[in-house]
Amino acid sequence: MLGYFGDFVDMATTERKPILLDFEKPLVELEDRIQQIRELAEDNAVDVSAQIHQLESRADQLRQEIFTSLTPAQRLQVARHPRRPSTLDYIQAMSDEWIELHGDRGSGTDDQALVGGIARFNGRAVVMLGNQKGRDMKDNVVRNFGMASPGGYRKALRLMQHANRFGMPIFTFIDTPGAYPGFEAEEMGQGEAIAYNLREMFALEVPILCTVIGEGGSGGALGIGVGDCLIMLEHSVYTVASPEACAAILWKDATRAPQAAEALKITAWDLKNFGILDVLLNEPIGGAHANPLKTTEILKDALQENLNRLLALAPQDLKQQRYEKFRRIGVFAEAHTVSA
Amino acid sequence: MSLFDWFANRRKADPVQPDGRERDIADGLWTKCEACSVMSYTKDLKANQRVCSECGHHHRVFSDERIQQLIDPETWVSLNAQITPEDPLKFRDRKAYSDRIRETQAKTHLQDAVQTGVGQIDGLPVALGVMDFRFMGGSMGSVVGEKLTRLIEQGTQAQMPVVIVCASGGARMQEGMLSLMQMAKISGALERHREARLLYIPVLSHPTTGGVTASFAMLGDIILAEPKATIAFAGRRVVEQTLREKLPDDFQTAEYLLSHGFVDAIIPRTQLKSTLAQLIRLHQPTPTLATVS
Ligand SMILES: [Zn+2]
Repeated sequence: MLGYFGDFVDMATTERKPILLDFEKPLVELEDRIQQIRELAEDNAVDVSAQIHQLESRADQLRQEIFTSLTPAQRLQVARHPRRPSTLDYIQAMSDEWIELHGDRGSGTDDQALVGGIARFNGRAVVMLGNQKGRDMKDNVVRNFGMASPGGYRKALRLMQHANRFGMPIFTFIDTPGAYPGFEAEEMGQGEAIAYNLREMFALEVPILCTVIGEGGSGGALGIGVGDCLIMLEHSVYTVASPEACAAILWKDATRAPQAAEALKITAWDLKNFGILDVLLNEPIGGAHANPLKTTEILKDALQENLNRLLALAPQDLKQQRYEKFRRIGVFAEAHTVSA
Repeated sequence: MSLFDWFANRRKADPVQPDGRERDIADGLWTKCEACSVMSYTKDLKANQRVCSECGHHHRVFSDERIQQLIDPETWVSLNAQITPEDPLKFRDRKAYSDRIRETQAKTHLQDAVQTGVGQIDGLPVALGVMDFRFMGGSMGSVVGEKLTRLIEQGTQAQMPVVIVCASGGARMQEGMLSLMQMAKISGALERHREARLLYIPVLSHPTTGGVTASFAMLGDIILAEPKATIAFAGRRVVEQTLREKLPDDFQTAEYLLSHGFVDAIIPRTQLKSTLAQLIRLHQPTPTLATVS
């Protein structure tokens, strides 16, 4: 079984040079200083363990401070972190067995940006699918940076309808900058493919649990995002339009993206306030990429707990509850006219 | 056309110099055809449902006029007109969203970007929604989502066909994720309408893009489009950036979608009402045939 973890464990090892975000700089400086002191002490044979202990606890504190007060733009950086665990990482790490299935049976291609298959999850057969970003530059070309084409959305629907037929719950993992805005994607009906999923996901009679694990980019995310329970990892984001696009359109200036990220209210806390998000999961300090195995454990527990709750519902009640969940979303004013 | 293009075009539009004929254009007495440049008496153009009698170009038509064109006189009952937008994000770009709402409402006399109601088309009851591009590019926020959802729910309850005339730049960014979720909300209502075996026909007018295309615009049992309407998910400029070569001229037009199998028919506006009536009649149960002797 460990064979599955090949790529995953590799991501967590410190062998690879860590990719640092700008706001982590003070932390890195402090860690460098600890290392220097350690080396100096070794060379001169003096005991500095008390001093090092003190500095290390300061580093822990600093890490905690940094990651609990991220701005939306910084959170977006964490959500897009190249080492952040991807859909396949989570699927492989939380399943007892997993077999990937391919194709939408129509477009003549298999979209590598949206993957899916059947897994055994705590003993139960479950259909799992999600947007798949590349783990490096080469992989990203194959995965189209996690931007799915119509064939990907149609493959997802095919797998979800398969789950429905065999009574398997569905887990979807959202992590995409958006649906692919390319020529062929338009030609093959990107809008139609997403629209169809939105409607048909309301018709399914098995529990659907959707988790935003990184970037929830607009319609490309929603196309696999209609479910009974929406879960978000703490440092993931969910947006109506990318902050870059929003800045370009509304501010006419793409460099205003951080401002747009703030204004668009894209964090898990914002979505909780709007009644869109059901479950907010805290990540290990430093983000999911700092401790992928711990993050997997947290996510797995949350999925099992919410799945149990949903499995207790009759199919018709499940559908009704899903409808009502979305039915409530929206903020508007309604002036009531007084009838005579 | 994406919202981006809409903003760009809006910027491009030069004020007309008030001088002779031009002053008449400004007064709205005459309208110059964008396609063939022929001047038409605005009253005549309106009588021809804003279709250029010279070249057949379909000028934009807004919600009030569209309702008049489609619904039998004296049968229109407007629904949920009292619903108005709020500013849940306290959104501010170069202007505060709340100011933008107020100004647009004053200018258009609309509460938001859609009008909904029930009425008759050739004596056939129908639940009709008409989007209005004048209201922030027909963008879809909470009000558009709620009004359309209620309309579809009413259609399901009263066993009526639903017709929605689309015209939209997509989701309304100023309402953030609440806007995106309206796509799902409306699609859910359409699933129930469909489950009840009722007919839904979206009419795609210029432009139908973004989140509207990726939801209710593409979910018709039968999808109609107006000639030359832009129908797209991603904006043309965005698509262009992913390509090295030039896009086909007719890319993302109604005609292009027809030839690619994504719309059922392109119907000139002057025939829209009769086509809708025909389609609705064809979906009514066949009356029991009297025994022919
Ligand atoms: Zn003309």
